Amino acid sequence: MAEPTTQPPPEGGLGGVPVDRAPGEPLVEVTDLVKHFPITRGVFLQRSVGAVKAVDGVSFDVRRGETLGIVGETGCGKSTTARLVMRLLESTAGELTFDGQDITKIKGARLKAIRRDMQMIFQDPYSSLNPRKTIGSIIGEPFAIHGLLTEKGERRKAVQELMETVGLNPEHYNRYPHEFSGGQRQRIGVARALALKPKLLIADEPVSALDVSIQAQVLNLLRDLQRKFGLTLIFIAHDLSVVRHMCDRVAVMYLGRIVEIGSGDALYSFPRHPYTGALLSAVPVADPNRHGGQRRLLTGDVPSPANPPKACRFHTRCPKAQDLCSVEDPPLEQKGTGTLAACHFPLSREEVVQMGLAAPPEPPAAG
Amino acid sequence: MAEALLRVEDLRVEFPTEDGVVHAVDGITYQVAPGKTLGIVGESGSGKTVSSLTTLGLTRRQGARIAGKILFEGRDLVALPESELRAIRGNEIAMIFQDPLSALHPLYKVGRQLVEALQAHKEISNSKARARAVELLGLVGIPDPGRRVDEYPHEFSGGMRQRAMIAMALANDPKLLIADEPTTALDVTVQAQILALMERLQRELGMAIIIITHDLGVVAEMADDIAVMYAGRIVETASAQSVFSGPQHPYTWGLLKSIPRLENDRSEELVPIPGTPPSLIRPPSGCHFHPRCAYAQPDHARIDPNLEQVPGEPTHFVACLLSPEERKRLWSELAAGRVPEQALAAGSGEGGV
Repeated sequence: MAEPTTQPPPEGGLGGVPVDRAPGEPLVEVTDLVKHFPITRGVFLQRSVGAVKAVDGVSFDVRRGETLGIVGETGCGKSTTARLVMRLLESTAGELTFDGQDITKIKGARLKAIRRDMQMIFQDPYSSLNPRKTIGSIIGEPFAIHGLLTEKGERRKAVQELMETVGLNPEHYNRYPHEFSGGQRQRIGVARALALKPKLLIADEPVSALDVSIQAQVLNLLRDLQRKFGLTLIFIAHDLSVVRHMCDRVAVMYLGRIVEIGSGDALYSFPRHPYTGALLSAVPVADPNRHGGQRRLLTGDVPSPANPPKACRFHTRCPKAQDLCSVEDPPLEQKGTGTLAACHFPLSREEVVQMGLAAPPEPPAAG
Repeated sequence: MAEALLRVEDLRVEFPTEDGVVHAVDGITYQVAPGKTLGIVGESGSGKTVSSLTTLGLTRRQGARIAGKILFEGRDLVALPESELRAIRGNEIAMIFQDPLSALHPLYKVGRQLVEALQAHKEISNSKARARAVELLGLVGIPDPGRRVDEYPHEFSGGMRQRAMIAMALANDPKLLIADEPTTALDVTVQAQILALMERLQRELGMAIIIITHDLGVVAEMADDIAVMYAGRIVETASAQSVFSGPQHPYTWGLLKSIPRLENDRSEELVPIPGTPPSLIRPPSGCHFHPRCAYAQPDHARIDPNLEQVPGEPTHFVACLLSPEERKRLWSELAAGRVPEQALAAGSGEGGV
């Protein structure tokens, strides 16, 4: 393991660290990451006529041992961000540091070596497993790729241990994916991702394709594994309650940008960005008595990422937008003692209470 | 309770397949009153969609064997010939589906599809139908409906397509709207818009709604009454209030405790339902839920529970072999965030085939 490149973590507080950085020793540092997909016209001369700005200047840290959640709606760039961090996509601009190394441009053997340390779990447990391979060879494939455990018995033993770890019956080593249910297939995906003992695990919507009763099995498994192995996890989901349950810190994305980031507790109890507030207030509450608060419905649709609104990207749909918002792009900055938000006119405590997202303050609460 | 608009009695739907007979719906009874909303909750394969498709006669072509009664304003839809059913389908009972993109024809303009829905049931001129189509698009909150009416489905966003589907379903002022996972494919903010739209339209037009979903949050917001389905059967049915405040069936508990909630403490553990949903070809003996039930007793594998009234609650029914006192005790523990011992023991053995 590389020597830590930063100071020892200042315990708990935010003092001393730069505003957009998490306290603690970062495993991943993302700085101004940009990914534009060109839009081309013409059959032969693929003229570039514009770009889908899928990720447009995103910076964040992932601290060792923490779970960072990324939430946002379809097309906000959360999956693209994950693929950029994994180096499955080439970034257009920006910097990417993993475990103290700049990995933005590395290639070949160096990239392969880094890939051992970061693994991914995909959304669809049906298309992410090769139907013609046995479970044993699917979970053992990372060993094969990296030329590890070449003795046959050795690899089998390691795979069966992994199967045990994720709650699969090791006797099913020779079975094929179709013999397993969705939840069990997702366990296979988790076992494969854990095979090389990665430092970073990225889970992209790992439970959205599963039934409710099975979702909880997989979420509990991920939580247990994280505690057991001290994994660092980037957890991407559109379901805000799942992210709340799983993550220490949460980043909210809108149209290729992070609009708010902070500890889960702060972000969910006192969201500052109006988009975060709208997302939270849109979540249906599984309690017929808790209709409380005025639901703030957003109107219209998310604008096209090929032609995002100028300045603050949310201003076209924002209930609090003023003239300034269409002129000046708000920086992501510390709001009070809570989260970092990119907003000129962040939500006040009263507004959050009005939306039914927080209990009214009893004594004048700090902050 | 008011006279039911739709009353389903002991409905059974079976599909003969090469592997055996699939008992998709295995004797269910429920009713919907005019202007009210029934939420049917269950996971994939619980039979919730098949029962609704059967209401519209849409499983007939697939060689389904159908028994029981579906009484709509007194007429039995199961016995009705196809020609008469066609006059009801899309007219008095309309349906919207989960995936609005595959439910709209990609090569026809949205307006033309609306006109078709209107002219299928009414003698109405092209120009009048078109005017009505524009009006309907406006009603469901599509901006600039006069222009949008001449666009193709691919030019609409996901939320707008679902609005267009709702417009089409409303074309003939149905008395009953069946919405099958209407918001599952949509983002949360759009979901909130669509649910608010359905509630508004129900208030304005007074139609009854059956909403089929796996999302307990959605039913809590929408439904007056709830039916929980498992393996082709209704295992619990009651008012939405009672289901959430005093759920009786261990499967319902499982659903409630396995979803993370925004208002709960993060440290609170989820209590998953162990195992996987059963095969509908060879459903488990006795209580269908017993292999996954943490509280099952040996004889629950033999005895098949009936849907019985919960003591003291005239509209709350449950199909469970545990005694009412036992159920009350277990739920009060679960509700307090504790995991009863039996559940702990059962939960560790999850993941079996």
